[in-house]
Amino acid sequence: MNEIVIEPNRSLKLFWQEIWAYRELFYFLAWRDILVRYKQTVIGIAWSVMRPLLSMIILTVIFGRLAKLPSGGVPYPILVCAAMLPWQFFANTINLSSNSLVSNRGMITKIYFPRIIMPTSGMVVSLVDFLLAFGILFCLMLWYGYWPTWKVIVLPFLLLFAALASLGVGYWVSALNVKYRDFRHLVPFVIQFGLYVSPVGFSSNVVPGKWKLAYSLNPMVGVIDGFRWALLGKQVGLYLPGFLLSIGIVVLIFLSGVWFFTKTERGFADII
Amino acid sequence: MSEVVKVENLGKKYIIGHQKQRYGDSLRDAMTHTARSIWQRIRHPLSPNRESIDLEELWALKDINFEVQQGERVGIIGRNGAGKSTLLKILSRITEPTTGRVHLKGRVSSLLEVGTGFHPELTGRENIFLNGAILGMTKQEIKAKFDEIVAFAEIEKFLDTPVKRYSSGMYVRLAFAVAAHLEPEILIVDEVLAVGDAAFQKKCLGKMESVAQEGRTVLFVSHNMVAMQTLCPRAIWLDDGETKRDGQASQVISDYLQSNTSSQTEQVWDDIETSPGNDVVRLHWVRVRPENGSPSGPITMNMPLLIEVEFWNLVPDAHLHVTLHLYTEQQVVAFSTGSSNDSVWGDRPFPVGLFRSVCQIPGNFLNSGIHRVFLLVVRNRDTVIYRHEDAISFDVLDLGKRKGAWLGKEPGVVRPMMKWTTEHLSGT
Repeated sequence: MNEIVIEPNRSLKLFWQEIWAYRELFYFLAWRDILVRYKQTVIGIAWSVMRPLLSMIILTVIFGRLAKLPSGGVPYPILVCAAMLPWQFFANTINLSSNSLVSNRGMITKIYFPRIIMPTSGMVVSLVDFLLAFGILFCLMLWYGYWPTWKVIVLPFLLLFAALASLGVGYWVSALNVKYRDFRHLVPFVIQFGLYVSPVGFSSNVVPGKWKLAYSLNPMVGVIDGFRWALLGKQVGLYLPGFLLSIGIVVLIFLSGVWFFTKTERGFADII
Repeated sequence: MSEVVKVENLGKKYIIGHQKQRYGDSLRDAMTHTARSIWQRIRHPLSPNRESIDLEELWALKDINFEVQQGERVGIIGRNGAGKSTLLKILSRITEPTTGRVHLKGRVSSLLEVGTGFHPELTGRENIFLNGAILGMTKQEIKAKFDEIVAFAEIEKFLDTPVKRYSSGMYVRLAFAVAAHLEPEILIVDEVLAVGDAAFQKKCLGKMESVAQEGRTVLFVSHNMVAMQTLCPRAIWLDDGETKRDGQASQVISDYLQSNTSSQTEQVWDDIETSPGNDVVRLHWVRVRPENGSPSGPITMNMPLLIEVEFWNLVPDAHLHVTLHLYTEQQVVAFSTGSSNDSVWGDRPFPVGLFRSVCQIPGNFLNSGIHRVFLLVVRNRDTVIYRHEDAISFDVLDLGKRKGAWLGKEPGVVRPMMKWTTEHLSGT
């Protein structure tokens, strides 16, 4: 029979064992969040395609048609769409995970489970949205006659980086949100702002050369540039130092997020 | 037998904040205070606002030690705020202890509130799976028990309806049904018997009994002492975060109930000049006690009782009787009785002096609950010459184990044990 010892300050090794032991609950929570996401809506799951589609059209009109920003030979809708997908995945995950603890207050105060699976399940929900919305990009590429090259195999890794970045932020914000509900108001604002400081509606080539490395401090710059590089063929190059910097930042955000979350989670039930 | 729960020096500290200053009385004061505190927040966003909040330590649990053997059913009792819930929360790992440690052997499931994690938008079927997973069942286990759960909850027809459209009774039944089919080695239960009607309660109790008979350990918190006594052979009484008593349930529960009542079973007035009464009669002593056993011991439903009244008669040749009115908690007079029934002194004139009248109340007669005694002194069988309200009060405890399902209070002003006979008259 396995023995459990409850004492102040659990060790980190147990933490990882527990996540594994509770993997089925994680699966059920993600399944629940996916099921209820579009309950009692008329067009249902089509919303996960509608949102990126509408944003893409708006950004294409504003940046491509009105501002006439350069696209480097790539059709503007594809340029936007290839960036919109990872960006919305990132933004949705942060949105869902940052509120996940507070909106499941009942479970936190009544049941034990590794708390970290709560914000993480938000990522699974946005992943489903991402995969559905990928259909739009597929259709667009077909329409413009773009065939992806071998480089497309790095996409899963880029997606992983987007996931790590959003989870890292999600862990920080969800843990802080337990004590300071200010973050509930701050997050939507920052995400909206982030859409315009990340190269979603435009190519990162419009950023002057001397600012490029600094610009890559934004972790999504690396992810989005990577997506465009992997999908759009020869016309789009990759600025390697910036990319590596972005990835480094992603890893840093993720690890610090896990660290902060595990440090604070034992107090959640008392203050939520 | 081996111990499955071992609690050592367990303590839990909470920090609670008090508002130190009151806001001023005027709107202007309130506004300046708010503005100042916002400015403080901006300058030190992460530090607690020291100007207005005074932090105080509160030990919800202090130095708790106990062990539970496998297959034992242990009740945990205590007043609100005594630390019962905190203890259960630590045992079910929702919150961490500040000091000490707990060893648990085996899978622990806690029913701190049935229906936790139910999602209103999901159907009954979906919620069974979700809730099962939340309570710690694997998918295979849930699948294997699915039909049993549905039958237990009696919701076959509504399996594919979102639970937000369920009646509250259906909702609770489903929630409990899932919980009842858990098979943990250690089950922690908090007040689940408060739900459902009598028939459903019966099912729940049967389930809990069978859980214990299968050799699993149950920790049970309830304010229903009858249920506690029926289900648990052992009880732990927490008082103000500390273990006050740990032992045989009947003993611990009766000590607990007795400490808790507002009863006043005895009143004595030694000075004849100042004791209640008038220039005809004055009271010396009123008390109620069990006929057998310690005069200050607990009073339970099956005990015969004595109500003793001592009084001074100040007037020679008075025809006096003592009458008692017994009030229940609902302010209903359960009965009235008088010493005019006394075969010796009932018709005899009283000389001056101290008298004692004793009323005998049989066992298995009063219902459980607080009873108050009004005392009247009557002269010549028709004139009340003295009236003493709330002379004494006492709590009749219901401590028997019950065979039936109903564990609430039986209705009725009194609860006499009647003789019943049934005959089998014919074959069809």
